[in-house]
Amino acid sequence: MKKSDKRLMRGTEAIGEAAIRSGCKCYFGYPITPQNELTEYMARRMTETGRVFLQSESELAAINMVMGASTTGARVMTSSSSPGISLKQEGISFIAPMELPAVIVNVMRGGPGLGNIAPSQGDYFQATRGGGHGDYRTIVLAPASVQELFDLTRKAFDLADEYRTPVLILADGMMGQMMEPVVFKDRPVEPEELPEKSWTLTGAKDRPSRMIRSLLLDVNVEEEQNWRLYRKYQKISKREVKCEELYMNGAEMAVVAYGTASRIAKAAVKKCIEKNMKVGLIRPISLWPFPENVILERTRHIDHFMSFEMSTGQMVEDVRLAVNGKAEVSVYGRPGGVVPTPAELYRVISRTYNKMKREKEK
Amino acid sequence: MKKRRPARPPTMKEATYHYCPGCGHSVIHRLASEVIDELGIADRAIGVPPAGCAVLAYNYFDVDMTEAPHGRAVAVATGIKRSLPDSIVFSYQGDGDLAAIGTAELVHAANRGECITVIGVNNAVYGMTGGQMAPTSLLGMKTTTSPFGRDSKRDGYPIKVCELLASLEGAVYLERCAVNSVKSIRRTKKALREAFLTQMNGTGFSLVEVLSPCPTNWKLSPAASWKWIDDVMSKHFPIGIIKDTRKDKEKENNAG
Repeated sequence: MKKSDKRLMRGTEAIGEAAIRSGCKCYFGYPITPQNELTEYMARRMTETGRVFLQSESELAAINMVMGASTTGARVMTSSSSPGISLKQEGISFIAPMELPAVIVNVMRGGPGLGNIAPSQGDYFQATRGGGHGDYRTIVLAPASVQELFDLTRKAFDLADEYRTPVLILADGMMGQMMEPVVFKDRPVEPEELPEKSWTLTGAKDRPSRMIRSLLLDVNVEEEQNWRLYRKYQKISKREVKCEELYMNGAEMAVVAYGTASRIAKAAVKKCIEKNMKVGLIRPISLWPFPENVILERTRHIDHFMSFEMSTGQMVEDVRLAVNGKAEVSVYGRPGGVVPTPAELYRVISRTYNKMKREKEK
Repeated sequence: MKKRRPARPPTMKEATYHYCPGCGHSVIHRLASEVIDELGIADRAIGVPPAGCAVLAYNYFDVDMTEAPHGRAVAVATGIKRSLPDSIVFSYQGDGDLAAIGTAELVHAANRGECITVIGVNNAVYGMTGGQMAPTSLLGMKTTTSPFGRDSKRDGYPIKVCELLASLEGAVYLERCAVNSVKSIRRTKKALREAFLTQMNGTGFSLVEVLSPCPTNWKLSPAASWKWIDDVMSKHFPIGIIKDTRKDKEKENNAG
């Protein structure tokens, strides 16, 4: 490991190692498939490195332990999968207005309800609309490779600290379980090396006492708090959009896909290009903030945007908002844990593409 | 003879309580503050108030304080304590917090022997929301959601928090007291002191359950409320040390 700092890793373990190397001091989690390897990885590595690992009695408890640990200034993480993330929403809705940094990993599985343990992207709405009650957002990052799971987890800790806000890593069972090489690029950080935060609860020694809360009974104060958060979210929207564009030069149709779906889409789009179809791929990496300007800009040349998702179609609403009537928008989705093949998607794209071409010629 | 008003403990902020006349919270706040000052732990104390009447406790305690969703205070406290083992962490919770919505968190924090101190206030009703039935409401007790009295067939029985936790090895100090007389108030202060000492010594989980008057929702005068604690409430919730296994646990800790 010393020489190349390159390892073959499972997705969930790459997240764990990234957390360790980001100076994560506390991890709290509760078992749920398909992300147990992450909890298990943390159980071993956090203990080895003398940090805090605790298996909580529920996801509810875990997210509230995250809240408590975060008030002390520690970098802290929890992870779960869809049903468990629903339980964590109570805490996330508190963590956001308390302006506490936290990294929350959702390795999505088929739903709704108990659903199944197969890869899915059915939690897009929940992730990008805040998820819990009240007027707030969370930063949502959607990795599409094990390397990106590693890189974006490190990025998530930085973003959480910088904006004092919860950051969600939205992966799925496929991302979590696959193995790929990972290069550890940045220098690892120990928890003790991290800069001190000015707002933490550590005991009121040689300073006035502090409080961190979300209860603001005066409506005017609560309104101002909401606007303050809103301004923060506006700033994040301007600065933290991440998006990859592939084969977009000269494209007339664009497939929009994230995470595992984007890998399937990449293979399908490549095949389209081989068949001389002018199709490109837009891959949002940050789902919130959504790369709406990238898509809006592309409406100048793109006649048709096709959102491809492992759900019945959730991100398509953001695509449609971004396109704002300036092009056609469609969706191809497979929910419930089904992972479609590139060949299947290729057939759908080419059908849509040919129809688009015929209509253009009319 | 001129009566001297006792000085405000340094850990109490200069503020006017929002509590109803005759409410026990103000007394318990003061006792906790006095104990924190006497033990000299104000500069490493971190408090976690509940959802409920005492949610504004951070307006009165002059120590670092945060907030927890309803029932989750001990989970939040666990996060704080695990991250900062040298801090002195206390949660301040009502009976609904402890014995209804937060039972899982409470049981498991106690079972893990989290070195935190829980100040549990039992007034047998949901006070802030307007006097609904609590898990600790007595049988036959009329509340806004048990208008014909608590019926064990429908509502089950009043939960004894201390006794519920007593079987858990991690819970080493559990005491029930009251704040309805000078004597009981003194006793409560001593219990709080013991509970904080338990934490300072790293022995395990400590909880003090305080039977506390809620004249507004009991629809009694403060004086009648004090009497009701003696005549009715403490008959079901016996006053005293319910569990103290600190000596054994300390031996075990030293050996292990």
